[in-house]
Amino acid sequence: MKGLRFALRMLRRDWQAGELRLLCMALVVAVASVTAVSFFTDRINQALELQAGELLGGDLKVTATRPISAAVRQLAREAGLAQAEVVEFPSMVMSDDAARLASIKAVSPAYPLRGGIHITKRSPAPPHAAQDMPQAGEVWLEPRLLRHLGLEIGDEVTLGNARLHITAALVNEPARASGTLFTLAPRLLLSLADLPATGLVQPASRVTYSLLLSGPADRIRAFRRAAEEVLASGARITGPEGARPEIRSALERGGRFLGLAALVSVMLAGIAIAMAARRFAGRRLDDCAIMRCFGASQREIVTAYFLELLFLAIFASLLGCLAGYLAQLGLVGLLGSLVALELPAPSFFPVVAGMLTGLVTVLGFALPALLHIGRVPALRVLRRELGALPAYSLSIYGAGIIAFGLLVVWQTGDWAMSAYALSGVVGVLLSLAGIAAMLIYLLRVWQHRVPRSWRFGVMSLTHRAGGNSIQVAAFGVGMTVLLLLTMVRVDLLASWENTLPPDTPNRFLINIQGDQVEELHRRFQAAGIGGAGIFPMVRGRLVAINGAPVAPDSYRDERAQRLVAREFNLSWAAQLQVDNEITAGSWWDEGKGGDGLSVEEGLARTLGIHLGDRLDFEVAGSIFSGQVSSLRKVAWDSFRVNFFVIAAPGILDGYPANHISSLYIPPGKAEDFSAIVRDYPNVTVIDVAAIMDYVRVVMERIVLAVDYVFVFTLLSGLLVLFATIQATLDERIRENAIMRTLGAGRAQLVRALLVEFAAVGLLAGLVASGAATLLGMVLGARVFHLPYALDPVMILLGTLAGGVGVCIAGYLGTRRVLDRPPLQTLMERA
Amino acid sequence: MAQCNNPIIEVNGLAKRVPTQGGELTLLQDIHFSILPGEAVAITGASGSGKSTLLGILAGLDIPSDGEVRISGRDLFALDEDGRALLRRDAIGFVFQAFQLLPNLTALENVMLPLELGDRHDAREQAAEILARVGLAARLTHYPRHLSGGEQQRVAIARAFVTRPRLLFADEPTGNLDSATGRRIIELLFEINREQGATLLMVTHDASLAERCSRALHLDAGRLT
Repeated sequence: MKGLRFALRMLRRDWQAGELRLLCMALVVAVASVTAVSFFTDRINQALELQAGELLGGDLKVTATRPISAAVRQLAREAGLAQAEVVEFPSMVMSDDAARLASIKAVSPAYPLRGGIHITKRSPAPPHAAQDMPQAGEVWLEPRLLRHLGLEIGDEVTLGNARLHITAALVNEPARASGTLFTLAPRLLLSLADLPATGLVQPASRVTYSLLLSGPADRIRAFRRAAEEVLASGARITGPEGARPEIRSALERGGRFLGLAALVSVMLAGIAIAMAARRFAGRRLDDCAIMRCFGASQREIVTAYFLELLFLAIFASLLGCLAGYLAQLGLVGLLGSLVALELPAPSFFPVVAGMLTGLVTVLGFALPALLHIGRVPALRVLRRELGALPAYSLSIYGAGIIAFGLLVVWQTGDWAMSAYALSGVVGVLLSLAGIAAMLIYLLRVWQHRVPRSWRFGVMSLTHRAGGNSIQVAAFGVGMTVLLLLTMVRVDLLASWENTLPPDTPNRFLINIQGDQVEELHRRFQAAGIGGAGIFPMVRGRLVAINGAPVAPDSYRDERAQRLVAREFNLSWAAQLQVDNEITAGSWWDEGKGGDGLSVEEGLARTLGIHLGDRLDFEVAGSIFSGQVSSLRKVAWDSFRVNFFVIAAPGILDGYPANHISSLYIPPGKAEDFSAIVRDYPNVTVIDVAAIMDYVRVVMERIVLAVDYVFVFTLLSGLLVLFATIQATLDERIRENAIMRTLGAGRAQLVRALLVEFAAVGLLAGLVASGAATLLGMVLGARVFHLPYALDPVMILLGTLAGGVGVCIAGYLGTRRVLDRPPLQTLMERA
Repeated sequence: MAQCNNPIIEVNGLAKRVPTQGGELTLLQDIHFSILPGEAVAITGASGSGKSTLLGILAGLDIPSDGEVRISGRDLFALDEDGRALLRRDAIGFVFQAFQLLPNLTALENVMLPLELGDRHDAREQAAEILARVGLAARLTHYPRHLSGGEQQRVAIARAFVTRPRLLFADEPTGNLDSATGRRIIELLFEINREQGATLLMVTHDASLAERCSRALHLDAGRLT
């Protein structure tokens, strides 16, 4: 109790003396960065959990690419479960003046079994929960679809061959986000009864059939067990835990990435904390020696400082949690509309996570320096050189790195990934520090040649090479990431668009029926729209290679598992497409293809398919077989229609097929093109430019969110800057006093400070721009397969931004050095 | 050594008071004296008598509460801070008890510093020359931490004289040295002072040192006695 009171008293005194403020600020930033991400992901997680049933639309969902089998329906009936049916597919929707791609959902009257749908029957009346689903002849459209089509409630809309009456605007549908991230095409909801009249569901159409079920939990469980036995291939059962898989997957990957990004700030804040703690401990050495002289035991001293640090950690972590909660609102602002979930208040978990982060960071980075104090001998009162702190000892930074490693493992839950992340961050920091040290060394060699008025600043920089290298590295890491994100956002996307030839197809046509192919071809040619290859497409699932059945669990590779589990598009052709290249075997001569198959080489590699292998596909319930006669290389990024497997003409005859095409529509032909496709209501047009705009919008938002998290990194970099300034403050004050005594004017001293910090900032900016450019080039070459050219403007701007930023921050941090009377300093020293 | 009748330092009614928690503390009061060019004057007194405070004010490093200081007839405190710094750079040299060398600069760079502040182009040559004069020609590139106390004080003396100041202020120059080294340092200080004809004002509590000066000013509780 006595120790507790003593520690609290020490905390109050040290706080008032301003000794602990930087340490506290660094901890607040570290905890805020982690909790901001944690609060945000926690709220989405909670939304998914609390609203799981509503998001699914029932307690269980059976999904298939063909109508749900009678056996499954029978099982559901026997289990006494409530049922609702849903059929979903993309299609064009037309008004008299416009046509838009929409996501069509046809539902039975019982839909949804859980949750509700919000509609408005008279715009702008407030939305209300719908009592019934659209009746036969009625449709509900999302407001943005109404806007795109220039329609209002009460108008009529064309869907396939049917003309339907719009009776409401569909405002909110929990089972599907109305946000932008996962919903390229807006929703149109209609009654299942109207589906046949549209004529849009053809044998090979890309349609998803779902059966929603609800009932008591035990019966649902029993049904699930039984249904899994009779489930047809390509069908799957999803429980509430699988609702909105797109958000779950984005949350898992995005949350982990943002979490790791936040940890970069923790690492930098940790360095600032270690420096601040070292300075604090250094200034306490004499106090401790005197306390030891007066009889305090080593244990008492260590306990007092440990408790003081613990109180500070608790206080700062709580403040950090509060700051994190506020910062999280910014993330919700940036990303919330993309996921479009009703976000509940966060749970207490992020606070626990924040407190733990704070404690681990303090224990790792600050405690080792304070533990050194306990070992100060009482003899220091007579011999001041005794018990001095080691400069940058492994015991001080080693503990910090271990603590940081633990936080990374906790964040990722994956040792291997943690090792990569940790070595990545430490590696980048060390590389930047190494490069900075090298540049500073070069500057030292060259410093006598710099203009006289700059020399003191440059000398100050080179004489503190160690501390300044750390400043450059810490600030540089934050800048590297922000610059890299800017480059990825601006340059890589632009670079990719530039690599596309001007006549790259900009429209896809899908769902073309066999009897429409000739006519469409003719009409396009007549309108001067050339180059439209229209390709047949049959959907099939690979079931055997050389007679040996294949199933997802036959493969360890995730992509292979996915490919085997789903149906993919097969086609047939007499001639090889111009952008394809045979890499093994040979393409068939006209009329002599036999049962030959040409397989894309990447797919062949993934699935272990070789030339001469016999492949069996299940197409619409029957088996189709062929022998691999060639492997092809395909330019997937050409925006032309391409297929994994192409069969020789003839062997796929009789299987249900529809057709697909991609075309380049020059700006002047857009009207003619629209006029033609409007005559084929079943044909769906996908506008590539619209998709690109959409991708750009989503990417902008995501990059902004990542930027937002990395602002904490920059803040931490700034704190490292302040910590290193503070670590050298006493030295600077003394130097300043001596320089003033020797006749240096204020302007000379200010200039020296500005030159020093501008040089640190310019170096950080230069190193960061270089690192970002290098990473951009590596990413461009290895990940995006795009040429990335050096951008001198970006390097110049990055360097200047670093120079100006650090210059201002450094000057503010050292300004008080200039205001101290030199005599006071010199007399203190004497 | 040219002597003339115009004092190089004139002090009239100087006082220094500082606020403390227990009220105002008087460090110096009612100080009057003048020093002629070429004189060597000791300021003596017990610890806390205000010797270093007086020296600091005479050098323009601190501001008095009352009174005036004239250096070569110019009112020191009519100048602003930069004006006083300029005066120090051109006319005053310093030697401190604690040497006050910059630890990150070599011996040569420390001595070059006042010349560089004055934008002198021959800083390196001048600094090397005077370091040779104080017997440190072989130590030019050494950092202060690699020099003994006596050597550090030699560097400080070289730094003080390299600008050929008219006035040299020395604050307990032997306080941190053993007696033998201290004696050698004082010899050197007086020797170079004679060579350059500077006026010396030295704070010391060493009576034998004070006797080597032409006269002594004794301070007692902030007053001249």
